[in-house]
Amino acid sequence: MTVRKNQATLTPEEKRAFVSALQELKRTGVYDRFVTTHNGFIMSDTDSGDRVGHRSPSFLPWHRRFLLEFEEALQKVDASVALPYWDWTVDRTSRASLWAADFLGGTGRARDGQVMDGPFAYATGKWNINVRVDGRAYLRRDLGAGVAQLPTKAEVDSVLAMPVYDMAPWNSSSNGFRNNLEGWRGANLHNRVHVWVGGQMSTGASPNDPVFWMHHAFIDKLWADWQAKHPRSTYLPGAGTQNVVDLNDTMRPWNDVTPADMLDHRKFYAFDTEPAAAPAASQR
Amino acid sequence: MNKITRRQALGTTAGALTVLGLTAAAAGATHAAATPTEPTTPGTVDEVYQGRRIQITAGGGGHHGGHHSPGQPTVRIDGRELHVMRNADGTWISVINHYETFADPKLLARAAVRDLQGAALVPFGGAA
Repeated sequence: MTVRKNQATLTPEEKRAFVSALQELKRTGVYDRFVTTHNGFIMSDTDSGDRVGHRSPSFLPWHRRFLLEFEEALQKVDASVALPYWDWTVDRTSRASLWAADFLGGTGRARDGQVMDGPFAYATGKWNINVRVDGRAYLRRDLGAGVAQLPTKAEVDSVLAMPVYDMAPWNSSSNGFRNNLEGWRGANLHNRVHVWVGGQMSTGASPNDPVFWMHHAFIDKLWADWQAKHPRSTYLPGAGTQNVVDLNDTMRPWNDVTPADMLDHRKFYAFDTEPAAAPAASQR
Repeated sequence: MNKITRRQALGTTAGALTVLGLTAAAAGATHAAATPTEPTTPGTVDEVYQGRRIQITAGGGGHHGGHHSPGQPTVRIDGRELHVMRNADGTWISVINHYETFADPKLLARAAVRDLQGAALVPFGGAA
Protein backbone atom coordinates (compact mmCIF):
# COMPACT_ATOMS: atom_id res chain seq x y z
CA MET A 1 0.00 0.00 0.00
CA THR A 2 1.30 3.42 -0.97
CA VAL A 3 1.72 5.75 1.99
CA ARG A 4 1.91 9.45 1.23
CA LYS A 5 4.07 11.20 3.80
CA ASN A 6 4.59 14.77 4.86
CA GLN A 7 7.63 15.90 2.86
CA ALA A 8 9.20 17.34 6.04
CA THR A 9 9.49 13.81 7.48
CA LEU A 10 11.25 12.18 4.51
CA THR A 11 14.65 10.58 5.10
CA PRO A 12 17.59 11.61 2.89
CA GLU A 13 17.22 8.27 1.09
CA GLU A 14 13.52 8.89 0.41
CA LYS A 15 14.29 12.35 -0.93
CA ARG A 16 17.00 10.98 -3.22
CA ALA A 17 14.69 8.25 -4.54
CA PHE A 18 11.89 10.72 -5.25
CA VAL A 19 14.23 13.16 -7.02
CA SER A 20 15.82 10.39 -9.10
CA ALA A 21 12.43 9.09 -10.20
CA LEU A 22 11.36 12.62 -11.22
CA GLN A 23 14.54 13.08 -13.24
CA GLU A 24 14.05 9.72 -14.94
CA LEU A 25 10.46 10.61 -15.95
CA LYS A 26 11.82 13.89 -17.26
CA ARG A 27 14.55 12.16 -19.24
CA THR A 28 12.12 9.77 -20.93
CA GLY A 29 9.61 12.50 -21.83
CA VAL A 30 6.86 11.02 -19.66
CA TYR A 31 7.01 14.00 -17.28
CA ASP A 32 6.36 16.59 -19.95
CA ARG A 33 3.21 14.80 -21.11
CA PHE A 34 1.71 15.56 -17.71
CA VAL A 35 2.60 19.24 -18.08
CA THR A 36 0.97 19.30 -21.52
CA THR A 37 -2.22 17.68 -20.22
CA HIS A 38 -2.47 20.11 -17.32
CA ASN A 39 -1.93 23.19 -19.44
CA GLY A 40 -4.50 21.97 -21.96
CA PHE A 41 -7.15 21.75 -19.26
CA ILE A 42 -6.09 25.07 -17.73
CA MET A 43 -6.78 26.77 -21.06
CA SER A 44 -10.01 24.94 -21.89
CA ASP A 45 -11.79 24.90 -18.50
CA THR A 46 -14.06 27.98 -18.52
CA ASP A 47 -16.68 29.31 -16.11
CA SER A 48 -19.38 29.48 -18.77
CA GLY A 49 -18.42 26.39 -20.78
CA ASP A 50 -17.24 22.84 -20.34
CA ARG A 51 -15.03 22.57 -17.26
CA VAL A 52 -13.36 19.50 -15.79
CA GLY A 53 -9.94 20.02 -14.23
CA HIS A 54 -10.40 23.44 -12.66
CA ARG A 55 -13.03 25.97 -11.49
CA SER A 56 -15.58 23.21 -11.18
CA PRO A 57 -16.67 20.48 -8.74
CA SER A 58 -14.39 17.95 -10.43
CA PHE A 59 -11.29 20.01 -9.56
CA LEU A 60 -10.68 17.64 -6.63
CA PRO A 61 -11.40 14.21 -8.20
CA TRP A 62 -9.67 15.28 -11.46
CA HIS A 63 -6.47 16.18 -9.63
CA ARG A 64 -6.73 13.03 -7.48
CA ARG A 65 -6.79 10.93 -10.67
CA PHE A 66 -4.05 13.06 -12.28
CA LEU A 67 -1.78 12.58 -9.25
CA LEU A 68 -2.53 8.84 -9.16
CA GLU A 69 -1.47 8.51 -12.77
CA PHE A 70 1.70 10.47 -12.07
CA GLU A 71 2.47 8.44 -8.95
CA GLU A 72 2.01 5.21 -10.94
CA ALA A 73 4.53 6.53 -13.47
CA LEU A 74 7.00 7.26 -10.66
CA GLN A 75 6.48 3.79 -9.21
CA LYS A 76 7.30 2.18 -12.56
CA VAL A 77 10.71 3.80 -12.16
CA ASP A 78 11.05 3.04 -8.43
CA ALA A 79 8.34 1.04 -6.67
CA SER A 80 9.34 2.47 -3.28
CA VAL A 81 8.36 6.03 -4.20
CA ALA A 82 5.13 7.71 -3.10
CA LEU A 83 4.08 11.32 -3.59
CA PRO A 84 4.94 13.39 -0.52
CA TYR A 85 2.69 16.26 0.49
CA TRP A 86 3.69 19.80 1.46
CA ASP A 87 1.77 21.20 4.43
CA TRP A 88 2.32 24.87 3.69
CA THR A 89 0.51 25.90 6.88
CA VAL A 90 3.54 24.55 8.78
CA ASP A 91 6.48 24.75 6.36
CA ARG A 92 5.68 28.27 5.35
CA THR A 93 8.95 30.06 4.65
CA SER A 94 11.65 29.81 2.01
CA ARG A 95 13.90 28.42 4.77
CA ALA A 96 11.89 25.18 5.01
CA SER A 97 13.88 22.01 4.28
CA LEU A 98 11.66 21.52 1.23
CA TRP A 99 13.69 24.25 -0.53
CA ALA A 100 17.13 22.94 0.44
CA ALA A 101 19.65 21.95 -2.22
CA ASP A 102 19.20 18.23 -1.35
CA PHE A 103 15.52 18.35 -2.29
CA LEU A 104 13.79 20.93 -4.50
CA GLY A 105 16.36 23.72 -4.40
CA GLY A 106 15.52 27.27 -3.42
CA THR A 107 14.08 30.45 -4.83
CA GLY A 108 15.23 32.03 -8.09
CA ARG A 109 17.97 34.61 -8.38
CA ALA A 110 16.91 38.25 -8.63
CA ARG A 111 18.04 38.90 -12.20
CA ASP A 112 15.88 36.38 -14.05
CA GLY A 113 14.16 34.21 -11.46
CA GLN A 114 16.31 31.22 -12.33
CA VAL A 115 16.61 28.49 -9.70
CA MET A 116 20.37 28.03 -9.24
CA ASP A 117 20.67 25.17 -6.74
CA GLY A 118 19.27 21.70 -6.21
CA PRO A 119 18.58 18.86 -8.67
CA PHE A 120 16.19 20.91 -10.84
CA ALA A 121 18.51 23.82 -11.61
CA TYR A 122 18.98 24.34 -15.34
CA ALA A 123 22.75 23.88 -15.11
CA THR A 124 22.30 20.24 -14.06
CA GLY A 125 21.17 19.56 -17.62
CA LYS A 126 18.45 17.32 -16.19
CA TRP A 127 15.54 19.72 -15.93
CA ASN A 128 14.85 21.67 -19.08
CA ILE A 129 11.47 23.38 -19.28
CA ASN A 130 10.16 22.09 -22.61
CA VAL A 131 6.39 22.57 -22.31
CA ARG A 132 6.31 26.28 -21.77
CA VAL A 133 4.33 29.42 -22.28
CA ASP A 134 7.34 31.65 -22.96
CA GLY A 135 10.86 31.33 -24.28
CA ARG A 136 12.60 30.54 -21.01
CA ALA A 137 13.87 26.96 -20.65
CA TYR A 138 14.99 27.17 -16.99
CA LEU A 139 12.99 26.54 -13.83
CA ARG A 140 12.01 29.79 -12.14
CA ARG A 141 10.69 30.67 -8.68
CA ASP A 142 10.17 33.81 -6.64
CA LEU A 143 9.16 32.46 -3.25
CA GLY A 144 6.96 34.86 -1.32
CA ALA A 145 7.07 37.67 -3.91
CA GLY A 146 3.69 37.38 -5.64
CA VAL A 147 1.96 37.18 -2.28
CA ALA A 148 3.61 37.61 1.11
CA GLN A 149 2.02 34.86 3.18
CA LEU A 150 1.00 31.27 2.64
CA PRO A 151 -2.40 30.30 4.05
CA THR A 152 -2.53 29.67 7.79
CA LYS A 153 -3.91 26.68 9.68
CA ALA A 154 -6.78 28.89 10.87
CA GLU A 155 -7.67 29.77 7.28
CA VAL A 156 -7.57 26.10 6.30
CA ASP A 157 -9.78 25.19 9.26
CA SER A 158 -12.32 27.85 8.29
CA VAL A 159 -12.63 26.25 4.84
CA LEU A 160 -12.70 22.69 6.20
CA ALA A 161 -15.65 23.78 8.35
CA MET A 162 -17.83 24.42 5.28
CA PRO A 163 -20.37 21.60 5.16
CA VAL A 164 -21.49 21.79 1.51
CA TYR A 165 -19.13 20.36 -1.11
CA ASP A 166 -19.97 22.73 -3.94
CA MET A 167 -22.82 24.96 -5.11
CA ALA A 168 -24.39 26.29 -8.29
CA PRO A 169 -23.23 27.78 -10.58
CA TRP A 170 -20.43 25.21 -10.08
CA ASN A 171 -17.62 27.51 -11.17
CA SER A 172 -15.17 30.15 -9.89
CA SER A 173 -18.03 32.17 -8.40
CA SER A 174 -19.46 29.33 -6.31
CA ASN A 175 -19.73 29.25 -2.58
CA GLY A 176 -18.98 26.05 -0.67
CA PHE A 177 -15.95 23.93 0.23
CA ARG A 178 -14.54 23.21 -3.24
CA ASN A 179 -14.26 26.78 -4.49
CA ASN A 180 -12.98 28.12 -1.19
CA LEU A 181 -10.32 25.40 -1.20
CA GLU A 182 -9.50 26.05 -4.85
CA GLY A 183 -9.25 29.71 -3.93
CA TRP A 184 -11.32 31.70 -6.41
CA ARG A 185 -13.19 33.13 -3.45
CA GLY A 186 -12.74 33.50 0.28
CA ALA A 187 -9.46 33.00 2.13
CA ASN A 188 -7.82 31.68 -1.07
CA LEU A 189 -5.93 28.49 -0.31
CA HIS A 190 -4.83 26.51 -3.40
CA ASN A 191 -4.49 29.41 -5.84
CA ARG A 192 -2.53 31.51 -3.37
CA VAL A 193 0.13 28.81 -2.94
CA HIS A 194 0.73 28.76 -6.70
CA VAL A 195 1.21 32.55 -6.61
CA TRP A 196 3.48 32.39 -3.54
CA VAL A 197 5.89 30.01 -5.30
CA GLY A 198 5.93 32.12 -8.47
CA GLY A 199 7.79 31.24 -11.68
CA GLN A 200 6.25 28.40 -13.67
CA MET A 201 4.03 27.56 -10.67
CA SER A 202 2.06 30.76 -11.40
CA THR A 203 1.36 29.68 -14.98
CA GLY A 204 -0.83 27.15 -16.71
CA ALA A 205 2.27 24.97 -17.08
CA SER A 206 2.68 24.79 -13.28
CA PRO A 207 3.58 21.05 -13.15
CA ASN A 208 6.97 22.06 -14.55
CA ASP A 209 7.93 22.68 -10.93
CA PRO A 210 8.06 19.41 -8.96
CA VAL A 211 6.52 21.21 -5.98
CA PHE A 212 3.25 21.10 -7.96
CA TRP A 213 2.77 17.45 -6.98
CA MET A 214 3.44 18.06 -3.29
CA HIS A 215 1.11 21.06 -3.23
CA HIS A 216 -1.69 19.07 -4.86
CA ALA A 217 -1.02 16.04 -2.66
CA PHE A 218 -1.76 18.31 0.31
CA ILE A 219 -4.88 19.78 -1.33
CA ASP A 220 -5.94 16.17 -1.89
CA LYS A 221 -5.32 15.39 1.78
CA LEU A 222 -7.45 18.39 2.78
CA TRP A 223 -10.29 16.87 0.74
CA ALA A 224 -9.88 13.64 2.76
CA ASP A 225 -9.79 15.67 5.98
CA TRP A 226 -13.00 17.43 4.93
CA GLN A 227 -14.71 14.11 4.20
CA ALA A 228 -13.79 12.81 7.65
CA LYS A 229 -15.16 15.97 9.20
CA HIS A 230 -18.42 15.89 7.24
CA PRO A 231 -19.30 12.21 6.78
CA ARG A 232 -22.82 13.05 5.64
CA SER A 233 -21.69 15.49 2.95
CA THR A 234 -20.83 14.23 -0.49
CA TYR A 235 -19.77 15.28 -3.95
CA LEU A 236 -22.19 17.57 -5.76
CA PRO A 237 -23.87 17.91 -8.24
CA GLY A 238 -25.59 14.56 -8.45
CA ALA A 239 -26.87 14.50 -12.02
CA GLY A 240 -27.99 16.40 -15.10
CA THR A 241 -25.76 19.47 -14.87
CA GLN A 242 -24.72 21.07 -18.13
CA ASN A 243 -20.97 21.59 -18.74
CA VAL A 244 -20.15 20.07 -15.34
CA VAL A 245 -19.02 16.58 -14.29
CA ASP A 246 -21.78 15.08 -12.14
CA LEU A 247 -21.07 12.38 -9.56
CA ASN A 248 -21.34 9.49 -12.03
CA ASP A 249 -20.19 11.21 -15.23
CA THR A 250 -16.82 10.23 -16.67
CA MET A 251 -13.97 12.74 -16.65
CA ARG A 252 -11.77 13.68 -19.57
CA PRO A 253 -9.06 12.80 -20.55
CA TRP A 254 -9.46 9.30 -19.12
CA ASN A 255 -13.17 8.86 -19.97
CA ASP A 256 -13.36 5.75 -17.81
CA VAL A 257 -13.30 7.26 -14.34
CA THR A 258 -15.97 9.23 -12.45
CA PRO A 259 -15.87 11.45 -9.38
CA ALA A 260 -17.67 8.61 -7.56
CA ASP A 261 -14.68 6.36 -8.28
CA MET A 262 -12.34 8.89 -6.67
CA LEU A 263 -14.19 9.61 -3.42
CA ASP A 264 -12.33 7.09 -1.25
CA HIS A 265 -8.59 7.63 -1.42
CA ARG A 266 -8.03 4.53 0.74
CA LYS A 267 -8.62 2.40 -2.35
CA PHE A 268 -5.35 3.79 -3.69
CA TYR A 269 -3.13 5.03 -0.85
CA ALA A 270 -3.04 6.04 2.78
CA PHE A 271 -1.68 9.16 4.40
CA ASP A 272 0.94 8.98 7.14
CA THR A 273 -1.67 10.56 9.40
CA GLU A 274 -5.21 9.64 8.45
CA PRO A 275 -7.87 12.12 9.52
CA ALA A 276 -10.24 9.72 11.26
CA ALA A 277 -10.35 5.98 11.92
CA ALA A 278 -7.63 4.91 9.52
CA PRO A 279 -6.80 1.39 8.45
CA ALA A 280 -4.18 0.03 10.82
CA ALA A 281 -1.94 -1.11 8.00
CA SER A 282 1.09 0.97 7.13
CA GLN A 283 0.87 3.23 10.15
CA ARG A 284 3.96 3.77 12.22
CA MET B 1 20.30 62.35 17.88
CA ASN B 2 21.32 61.87 14.29
CA LYS B 3 17.81 60.78 13.27
CA ILE B 4 16.16 63.77 14.87
CA THR B 5 18.55 66.12 13.14
CA ARG B 6 17.84 64.57 9.73
CA ARG B 7 14.08 64.75 10.20
CA GLN B 8 14.30 68.35 11.30
CA ALA B 9 16.55 69.21 8.37
CA LEU B 10 14.12 67.72 5.82
CA GLY B 11 11.18 69.74 7.11
CA THR B 12 7.55 68.66 6.86
CA THR B 13 6.79 69.62 3.26
CA ALA B 14 10.05 68.47 1.72
CA GLY B 15 9.91 65.23 3.68
CA ALA B 16 6.39 64.43 2.56
CA LEU B 17 7.24 65.13 -1.09
CA THR B 18 10.30 62.92 -0.91
CA VAL B 19 8.28 60.05 0.52
CA LEU B 20 5.62 60.43 -2.18
CA GLY B 21 8.23 60.49 -4.92
CA LEU B 22 9.94 57.36 -3.66
CA THR B 23 6.65 55.52 -3.32
CA ALA B 24 5.60 56.36 -6.85
CA ALA B 25 8.94 55.27 -8.25
CA ALA B 26 8.88 51.99 -6.34
CA ALA B 27 5.31 51.27 -7.43
CA GLY B 28 6.16 52.00 -11.04
CA ALA B 29 9.04 49.56 -10.91
CA THR B 30 7.08 46.57 -9.74
CA HIS B 31 3.39 47.30 -10.23
CA ALA B 32 1.15 48.75 -12.89
CA ALA B 33 0.45 51.78 -10.76
CA ALA B 34 2.53 54.23 -12.79
CA THR B 35 -0.61 55.37 -14.60
CA PRO B 36 -4.20 55.39 -13.35
CA THR B 37 -5.73 51.91 -13.39
CA GLU B 38 -9.25 52.67 -14.53
CA PRO B 39 -10.96 49.74 -16.29
CA THR B 40 -10.33 49.63 -20.02
CA THR B 41 -12.83 48.72 -22.67
CA PRO B 42 -11.39 45.79 -24.62
CA GLY B 43 -10.36 46.91 -28.08
CA THR B 44 -8.85 50.18 -27.05
CA VAL B 45 -5.34 49.34 -25.87
CA ASP B 46 -2.15 49.83 -27.84
CA GLU B 47 0.65 50.87 -25.53
CA VAL B 48 4.30 50.31 -24.79
CA TYR B 49 4.78 49.10 -21.24
CA GLN B 50 8.27 48.43 -19.88
CA GLY B 51 9.55 48.23 -23.44
CA ARG B 52 6.94 45.75 -24.65
CA ARG B 53 4.05 46.49 -26.99
CA ILE B 54 0.67 45.53 -25.55
CA GLN B 55 -2.25 45.37 -28.00
CA ILE B 56 -5.76 44.46 -26.96
CA THR B 57 -8.44 44.13 -29.63
CA ALA B 58 -12.07 43.11 -29.34
CA GLY B 59 -11.96 39.42 -30.05
CA GLY B 60 -13.70 37.31 -32.61
CA GLY B 61 -13.22 34.20 -30.52
CA GLY B 62 -13.10 30.76 -32.03
CA HIS B 63 -9.36 30.71 -32.63
CA HIS B 64 -6.92 28.09 -31.39
CA GLY B 65 -9.27 25.20 -31.17
CA GLY B 66 -12.37 27.25 -30.65
CA HIS B 67 -12.37 27.10 -26.87
CA HIS B 68 -12.67 30.86 -26.44
CA SER B 69 -15.99 32.47 -25.76
CA PRO B 70 -17.08 34.71 -28.63
CA GLY B 71 -16.39 38.35 -27.92
CA GLN B 72 -13.34 37.63 -25.78
CA PRO B 73 -10.59 40.16 -26.49
CA THR B 74 -7.32 39.16 -28.08
CA VAL B 75 -4.30 40.26 -26.07
CA ARG B 76 -0.92 40.46 -27.77
CA ILE B 77 2.53 41.19 -26.38
CA ASP B 78 5.00 42.16 -29.10
CA GLY B 79 2.64 40.56 -31.58
CA ARG B 80 2.41 37.19 -29.80
CA GLU B 81 -0.97 36.22 -28.41
CA LEU B 82 -1.40 35.84 -24.65
CA HIS B 83 -4.03 33.28 -23.69
CA VAL B 84 -6.54 35.07 -21.46
CA MET B 85 -9.80 34.11 -19.81
CA ARG B 86 -12.64 36.00 -18.18
CA ASN B 87 -13.88 34.82 -14.80
CA ALA B 88 -17.55 34.71 -13.84
CA ASP B 89 -17.09 37.74 -11.58
CA GLY B 90 -15.69 39.81 -14.46
CA THR B 91 -12.03 39.57 -13.45
CA TRP B 92 -9.35 38.17 -15.75
CA ILE B 93 -6.54 35.62 -15.74
CA SER B 94 -3.90 34.66 -18.30
CA VAL B 95 -1.80 31.58 -18.87
CA ILE B 96 1.16 33.54 -17.42
CA ASN B 97 -0.69 34.56 -14.24
CA HIS B 98 -3.21 31.81 -14.02
CA TYR B 99 -3.96 31.74 -10.29
CA GLU B 100 -4.26 35.48 -9.67
CA THR B 101 -7.13 37.62 -10.90
CA PHE B 102 -6.92 41.09 -12.48
CA ALA B 103 -9.56 43.77 -12.90
CA ASP B 104 -9.16 44.13 -16.66
CA PRO B 105 -7.13 42.79 -19.61
CA LYS B 106 -4.70 45.72 -19.58
CA LEU B 107 -3.66 45.10 -16.00
CA LEU B 108 -3.40 41.40 -16.84
CA ALA B 109 -1.18 42.12 -19.86
CA ARG B 110 1.04 44.40 -17.81
CA ALA B 111 1.43 41.72 -15.14
CA ALA B 112 2.46 39.28 -17.87
CA VAL B 113 5.05 41.75 -19.19
CA ARG B 114 6.55 42.07 -15.72
CA ASP B 115 6.68 38.31 -15.30
CA LEU B 116 8.19 37.72 -18.73
CA GLN B 117 11.25 39.90 -17.95
CA GLY B 118 11.84 40.34 -21.65
CA ALA B 119 11.10 36.74 -22.73
CA ALA B 120 8.84 36.17 -25.75
CA LEU B 121 5.55 34.33 -25.54
CA VAL B 122 5.42 31.04 -27.41
CA PRO B 123 2.38 29.91 -29.41
CA PHE B 124 0.08 28.06 -27.07
CA GLY B 125 -0.58 24.39 -27.54
CA GLY B 126 -3.88 22.74 -28.29
CA ALA B 127 -6.32 21.62 -25.65
CA ALA B 128 -5.88 18.20 -24.12
